[in-house]
Amino acid sequence: MASGNRPLSPHLQVYRPQITSMLSILHRMTGVGLVGGALIFTYWITSATYGPEAFDRAQSILGSWFGRLVLLGTIFAFYFHLANGIRHIAWDAGWGYEMPKLRASGVVVLVFSTSMTFLTFLAGYWAAGVI
Amino acid sequence: MVEFTLPANSKVKKGKTFPVPAGATRVRKFKVYRWDPDSGENPRLDTFEVDLDTCGPMVLDALIKIKDEIDSTLTFRRSCREGVCGSCAFNVDGTNTLACIKPIDDIKGDVKIYPLPHMPVVKDLVADLSVPYAQYRSIEPWLQADTPPPTGERLQSPEERAKLDGLWECVLCFCCQTSCPSYWWNGDRYLGPAILLQAYRWIVDSRDEATGERLDKLDDPFKLFRCHTIMNCTSTCPKGLNPGQAIGEIKAALIKRG
Repeated sequence: MASGNRPLSPHLQVYRPQITSMLSILHRMTGVGLVGGALIFTYWITSATYGPEAFDRAQSILGSWFGRLVLLGTIFAFYFHLANGIRHIAWDAGWGYEMPKLRASGVVVLVFSTSMTFLTFLAGYWAAGVI
Repeated sequence: MVEFTLPANSKVKKGKTFPVPAGATRVRKFKVYRWDPDSGENPRLDTFEVDLDTCGPMVLDALIKIKDEIDSTLTFRRSCREGVCGSCAFNVDGTNTLACIKPIDDIKGDVKIYPLPHMPVVKDLVADLSVPYAQYRSIEPWLQADTPPPTGERLQSPEERAKLDGLWECVLCFCCQTSCPSYWWNGDRYLGPAILLQAYRWIVDSRDEATGERLDKLDDPFKLFRCHTIMNCTSTCPKGLNPGQAIGEIKAALIKRG
């Protein structure tokens, strides 16, 4: 919105990251990430219908270190988006707008999503008999 | 529209340094955004060294001292120096606040002072606020009632009056308005937290009879619903108000009336 030769004052360049805005942008990024995750899941499950070679290929791609990293991110995106979505519903119901509650609910969402991601991965490795 | 970087004419260059006179013991560096409309040059960040032993406690005291003693061309708005006029709103140490009620001691390291974010700059720390002022006008911020006025005041119960607490204290400094990323990207169409808090101040006023029309005007994907509950507004308000909650109340009122 710079008018004439007036410069635009710095914004993202100088604004200190806030827990409020960082969790908000993370909500949006995990939302986008979940779409990618859904595509990956669809690829994995449909590959089974194309026969054992296709399924083995999908397994090896998703089982590579990079594939596992992407799955880790997808699982985090799932839990974060879920928990922060509940946070959004609480706001829409009129709860949790005060700064202390905003900070506390943000920390709860972060702790929940990181620990659930960790537990889900652990459960996956346990089910696969790796640990 | 989302633009993560600054336009070419807005990139901030290195500026001058004004060292403190010898003998000062408690020195702080103040890095201040400067732009001179007559120079044709890009904005720059000047460094002023200030002796805190001869300076008042607030960030505004340092700015006034710099203007008095070091560089009289430094331009900024200020008036009441006690947080009720809303003039000296800047981006101080990374968040928006009123310089007059922000203690220098609250800030670690160099004190960085920029104009309110993502606004056209008139000169130095003076941001052009004509868009938010026009948006304020658009919500018709005055009492509207068809019933003839009584002989005295229009009365309220203590409970009705209490609903205005946390709203009437707003001094329209636009700290919240210019802390909001959604307002940065859509400031031409989204009304922003300060204006929406003011809109809610009239919606919730028991004496106002235009509540329905006010809600009609706000029921818009851009004017109101560009609020994504980011909550930087509430986080930065120097008066401790809650614009984010006020916006939530407007959204709830729209849903309740169907």
